[in-house]
Amino acid sequence: MIDTPLNLLGALLLVAGAAFLLLGGLGLVRMPDLFNRIQAGTKATTLGTLLSLAGVACLQPDWGLKLLLIGLFILFTNPISSQVLARAAHRSGVEKSSLTSIDRLAEDQGAQP
Amino acid sequence: MAKARASVLLFATLLGFWLLLNGSLATDVLVIGVIAALVITLLFRDSLAVVSEFRATPHALITAPSYVFYFLKELVRSNLRLASIVLSPALPLRPGIVKVRTRLKSRMGRLLLANSITLTPGTLTVELDGEWLYVHWVTVESEDVDAATADIVNGFERYLEVMYG
Repeated sequence: MIDTPLNLLGALLLVAGAAFLLLGGLGLVRMPDLFNRIQAGTKATTLGTLLSLAGVACLQPDWGLKLLLIGLFILFTNPISSQVLARAAHRSGVEKSSLTSIDRLAEDQGAQP
Repeated sequence: MAKARASVLLFATLLGFWLLLNGSLATDVLVIGVIAALVITLLFRDSLAVVSEFRATPHALITAPSYVFYFLKELVRSNLRLASIVLSPALPLRPGIVKVRTRLKSRMGRLLLANSITLTPGTLTVELDGEWLYVHWVTVESEDVDAATADIVNGFERYLEVMYG
């Protein structure tokens, strides 16, 4: 299978993508509250998925354009869904970690109810 | 006139996506694509702000690729930093929600800014309110509005200001 430089590059990209996804999963377990977990989840899945897509594109060059489109959709939708989740969580008063040092949003909402 | 231009752009973009995803120019594929793109264009005429609000000036066209490059660089940095936090036994966090201000006026510029912030080192946009953005930060470094804006917003704003204003 790994006989050409392109195949090797594809395999390496897939491993790198999987590694970032693993780190994201670890982040989900270790982070103290919902907001920090979303942070770990969003960034790791975006880069991990993009790297995996790039890896597949190296292994199957014919699929390149489709994979590029999938990557674009992920780049646009992933942060939006995270942002909406975070906003919904904040609005419904999800408990924040005791480490939290400041919350300007709650302050401002307290000022103008 | 601007509306007609936006509709044509939306139609062309939709049809382009359809053809790329299908990877074929057969008659039936083409006909279905044209019908679907037409219906969607009629229903959502004002919805393709990514393209229609883009300022097609030469300066903006040069800026767009450097924005993409800067963004990808920040995305990788963001992941490496997150990895170092997650892997360190002490879990060095100082989370908080700070308030920052943007100079961008257009809807699309603000959306891209919010998305970019979410995908870059330790920050997550929680709420948008006009020119104010509330950003969750894993390691709060500056609680002051201006200092936080300089840290979080300015890097992207430089590019987006040229592209969308």
